[in-house]
Amino acid sequence: MKVLVCISHVPDTTSKINFMDNDTKFDTNGVQYVINPHDEYSLTRAMWLKENQGATVTVVNVGNATTEPTLRKALAIGADDAIRVNAEPIDGFFVAKQLAEVVKNGEFDLVIAGRESIDYNGGMVPGMLAALLDFNFVNACIGFEINGNNVTATREIDGGKEVLATSLPTVIAGQKGIVEEKDLRIPNMRGIMTARSKPLSIVEPVAFDSTTATINFEKPAARGAVKLVSADNLAELVNLLHTEAKVI
Amino acid sequence: MAVLVFAESTEGKFKKTAFEVTSYGKKVAEQLGTNLVVLTVNADDITSLYGYGAEKVLKINNTSLATFNAKIYADVIKQAATKENAQVVIIDSSSNGTYLVPLVAVNLNAGLATNVVALPSSTSPFIVKRKSFSNKAFNNSEIKTAIKVIGLAKNSFGLKEQAVTGSEETFSPTLINSGVTSTSVDKSVGKVTIADADIVVSGGRGLKGPENWKMIEELAEVLGAATACSKPVSDLGWRPHSEHVGQTGKPVTSNLYIAIGISGAIQHLAGVNSSKVKVVINTDAEAPFFKAADYGVVGDAFEVVPKFIEKLKEFKAQNS
Repeated sequence: MKVLVCISHVPDTTSKINFMDNDTKFDTNGVQYVINPHDEYSLTRAMWLKENQGATVTVVNVGNATTEPTLRKALAIGADDAIRVNAEPIDGFFVAKQLAEVVKNGEFDLVIAGRESIDYNGGMVPGMLAALLDFNFVNACIGFEINGNNVTATREIDGGKEVLATSLPTVIAGQKGIVEEKDLRIPNMRGIMTARSKPLSIVEPVAFDSTTATINFEKPAARGAVKLVSADNLAELVNLLHTEAKVI
Repeated sequence: MAVLVFAESTEGKFKKTAFEVTSYGKKVAEQLGTNLVVLTVNADDITSLYGYGAEKVLKINNTSLATFNAKIYADVIKQAATKENAQVVIIDSSSNGTYLVPLVAVNLNAGLATNVVALPSSTSPFIVKRKSFSNKAFNNSEIKTAIKVIGLAKNSFGLKEQAVTGSEETFSPTLINSGVTSTSVDKSVGKVTIADADIVVSGGRGLKGPENWKMIEELAEVLGAATACSKPVSDLGWRPHSEHVGQTGKPVTSNLYIAIGISGAIQHLAGVNSSKVKVVINTDAEAPFFKAADYGVVGDAFEVVPKFIEKLKEFKAQNS
């Protein structure tokens, strides 16, 4: 089984979010980048498939050379090899189109990608990729098993969960639950050393007209100071929620 | 030309988000000088949609569509969009909506913007505002394709009543095959879900143990709220994962979010920042959550919450 895990290179959650050039570009100054958390859960699940079901695991990113340390980190966690599609990721559709080429060329059976990236939060790449490839697709997946060609996957629904039966080839959009938090792996020294010599191939993008364009960014309006209510006067809190906030 | 909205229903009943996307669709149709068409699947009574501006309702009644299937539904939406010559297709952000919206965009070869929070600021070029960076920023994006697909963020636009004289039309799309089938659904019955709740009551590690959740549940019951929890609480197994809200858990977009014994780690705030009003109850006056809250009570949850419940009950008694 050939597994492809899509890795987004995203600002660490604690990063300050600022913009530059008249708010048209994300300001990367001082920003630490990490593997997108949902992708990290997905990668960890792929490692389990490698160790228990003999899968080979390739990681892929669509981005410029600055994303390579993030791919190396994924290799250090245990992926066998990496592919970087050498392009600025314009939008989700563009990224899905590039990934579809990678999947076709690499003949992957299973693609696992985080349900969304924590920077642009589009949540569209896994579904678009499945649609472009005509693969089966499970969104918001919180657990799956593979038995031969058969896939049993659980997805989160509003107010519960649903079990789906499908078959390879499949795209799975993973999130927390696909593995537990405690199962996430921190690369050890040996992993980091071997990652340096694992193959990281660079492929050029296919032409695709972008379907959307970012005009600019805005930050939310500054929030007023918190209104503190005394613990001895909770009637006041009820009153504020009713008359001022109008939420009860 | 038309604007097409997919109004989702569960067991024949529309969800609140169905009326929200209809309200939004009506305004977009007005901006474009065109009509709104609302697509429904196995809905019992579609007349309620007229109250929110649905000029035409495309009704599908087909038992083969009783169980949601993203691929088949996405294809049905494509057929409706093609039939109506829709230039904008709008879908909500429920778990089903987010599942099918990227498939619809590919089917229609359309640019897609998700998490959209406002009406287009311009229709030519077509520019929408969407949430990004885990609610720490907005992104104004142009959709450049002839057909535009919008995923509307939940509880961002609200319900706007606008009664019209609508008409209905039966629609019988052809159904494609899907390689994915649903084998079981496990859904809490009779409980308000985090996704649909107007109010969410959430507990953190400050509550010291799962045995102390009774008062959280009681508070939720008084308010008709859903219960939620922070990440450490679900990781410790005090509460089910399905209650975990935050960046890697469920997003919260309720009108009111009450955080009890939650310090407000940045990952937690990323998931709940979209709630309109936030109340924080915490013993630690320095807890970072107070900086992101609208109302705060510094105090011991074990004393504050029971008193809060009592005052809420008095309020409810007076106002019912």
